[in-house]
Amino acid sequence: MARKSVSVLRHLLTKPLTPAFAAQTRSVTYMPRPGDGAPRAVTLIPGDGIGPLVTNAVEQVMEAMHAPVYFEKFEVTGDMPRVPEEVMESIRKNKVCLKGGLATPMGGGVSSLNMQLRRDLDLYASLVNCFNMRGLQTKHDNVDIVVIRENTEGEYSGLEHEVIPGVVESLKVITKFCSERIAKYAFEYAYLNNRKKVTAVHKANIMKLADGLFLESCREVAENYSGIAYNEIIVDNCCMQLVSKPEQFDVMVTPNLYGNLVANTAAGIAGGTGVMPGGNVGADHAIFEQGASAGNVGNQNMLNQKKANPVALLLSSAMMLRHLQFPSFSDRLENAVERVILEGKFRTKDLGGHSTTQEVVDAVIAALD
Amino acid sequence: MASQLLRRLIGSRSTTRFLSGAANPCPSLLSSSSSPAARVFSSTSTPITATLFPGDGIGPEIAESVKQIFREAEVPIQWEEHYVGEQIDPRTQSFLTWESLESVRRNKVGLKGPMATPIGKGHRSLNLTLRKELNLYANVRPCYSLPGYKTRYDDVDLVTIRENTEGEYSGLEHQVVRGVVESLKIITRQASLRVAEYAFHYAQAHGRKRVSAIHKANIMQKTDGLFLKCCREVAEKYPDIVYEEVVIDNCCMMLVKNPTLFDVLVMPNLYGDIISDLCAGLIGGLGLTPSCNIGEGGIALAEAVHGSAPDIAGKNLANPTALLLSAVTMLRHLELHDKADRIQDAILKTIAEGKYRTADLGGKSTTTDFTQAIIDHL
Repeated sequence: MARKSVSVLRHLLTKPLTPAFAAQTRSVTYMPRPGDGAPRAVTLIPGDGIGPLVTNAVEQVMEAMHAPVYFEKFEVTGDMPRVPEEVMESIRKNKVCLKGGLATPMGGGVSSLNMQLRRDLDLYASLVNCFNMRGLQTKHDNVDIVVIRENTEGEYSGLEHEVIPGVVESLKVITKFCSERIAKYAFEYAYLNNRKKVTAVHKANIMKLADGLFLESCREVAENYSGIAYNEIIVDNCCMQLVSKPEQFDVMVTPNLYGNLVANTAAGIAGGTGVMPGGNVGADHAIFEQGASAGNVGNQNMLNQKKANPVALLLSSAMMLRHLQFPSFSDRLENAVERVILEGKFRTKDLGGHSTTQEVVDAVIAALD
Repeated sequence: MASQLLRRLIGSRSTTRFLSGAANPCPSLLSSSSSPAARVFSSTSTPITATLFPGDGIGPEIAESVKQIFREAEVPIQWEEHYVGEQIDPRTQSFLTWESLESVRRNKVGLKGPMATPIGKGHRSLNLTLRKELNLYANVRPCYSLPGYKTRYDDVDLVTIRENTEGEYSGLEHQVVRGVVESLKIITRQASLRVAEYAFHYAQAHGRKRVSAIHKANIMQKTDGLFLKCCREVAEKYPDIVYEEVVIDNCCMMLVKNPTLFDVLVMPNLYGDIISDLCAGLIGGLGLTPSCNIGEGGIALAEAVHGSAPDIAGKNLANPTALLLSAVTMLRHLELHDKADRIQDAILKTIAEGKYRTADLGGKSTTTDFTQAIIDHL
């Protein structure tokens, strides 16, 4: 009896100590269909600026995990007039794409390639998940917000003209069709992800018809989801609440412009645009990219020193893996990234550290289980 | 009598001198701190008349607070009080009478408390009336962290200047067909130049180093592009002030991560609305934020931007800080800098001390106690 307990004791003491944050290894209950393990093709657009750096990071990690995903890479830069037809073909075939970042040039003439991709593939919902990462100190706690933004119409319709010299008009278009489908997507997302509340962000006290139509559509859809709470908030009050009491928000559904602002504000309070995952999704296709990019693809300095933060794109690619129905790979990737952030040794400049992109990637690969 | 004539003479000359709506009387006419116009304005024999709209709800209490403090500080201002009427005045299409508006036009300065817009049709909203009739084209909100009132952001010190007349809030919407609505956003060269001029002038007059124009010109190329062009033109006339342009999503993100990156922000209507409320949120909410509307002809109408809080009206619980700080902004506009500094210091000291705080700041004092504490600190 004593001998047995000694051997048990020895076994316990020699067992490798699991890290403080231990991923519960439970048996995976996902039952695949035969053939689901076949590698899936994903279109990859590195883009400009820090794009190639971070997409390379994703490629490395996917390799290391032996994920059943292979990338069809295409060179696209922000100053091209249109996205090349072969890229569009590839996305239409693969249905899923991962994008680094495409710069939008300032000034007149070229319309944004990001907008063009969204319009042509009808990716009407843009999603950003802003949440506090464990180990990352920010001024706000308890943040876990998903901003779902209408991606095709609204203020970004690009319909502008000069009435007379010195007077310019821009049209903001809101349609019932688009408002309804974004509201449906938001509630469906909340339902499938066990979220409790959907908040519609608007300025209907001033723009009575336009945002009024948006709200009407949201209210109609809300009636079909009695288990999910629904409320409305005016956009300026919303921004004020975000900086003082962000824990009150759960899922937010917004038209185009407000969504842009709210997503970037929420990303800022929860740790910055370097760590928030997101993507654009439509009925047939999905493009995953860094959640909130604050309109830039990094500066030259960041590029030269190779210090871009790959976390956002890594987490987005984890979302992509789940979208492709490879949940255990997705879990592994997310856990590895969480571990690296929690440990705090390898962090890029925007998170307060000094590491380069490659160091973070190596750390993530090392943390994979 | 002679000094009144002198005042009117200097006043009218300065209004014709500066381009629409400069804040101070013409700087070239006067030297900076001990300006003769201010001395003329502030000579105790001829106090400045200012219009006061106490407003509804907690308005009258906090206006009383302001009057008391100004009296104790010997500020040479005579208040002309006006109230929102019970009936719609046909000349203004709203509950504000023609006399009230004329009073502001005549005095060129005013202070407005919170006004509840009465529900119903057939009249314009009160804020809209004021804006249109007095041609209030810029809304200025200085946002600075109040020492002693801890929020998550401790070192905010910026000013948001928002174009107040056009942009997305032109109210021009129509239904094209069922289920499709269009809303017009209008940007004109004239309005953009006006607000840009004011922004740079303000920056120079208050010793600010940097002006940032906030826009989304990468997507809305013509409209925000025009706004930016106007800002650039004005920037060239002020070579000492650093000028930069920031895309609005980047701006939002930077504001919540590090508000010290910004100094003066100038923006069109919608972005201004959102960003100024965001900045108010950074320092503690609308109950602590001063605001001032600048109109054509040098009119300045300072206002408290919070609501009328009908639930605590009349109970001596309201926080007069927002209205007080707005009144201080008004004093600075009148170049009464020493009085403004005195009162502002007293307010900040009282809040920093923490002994007398109203309920919304987490304390238990009444309005009168808080006011008395400020008077004691003068």
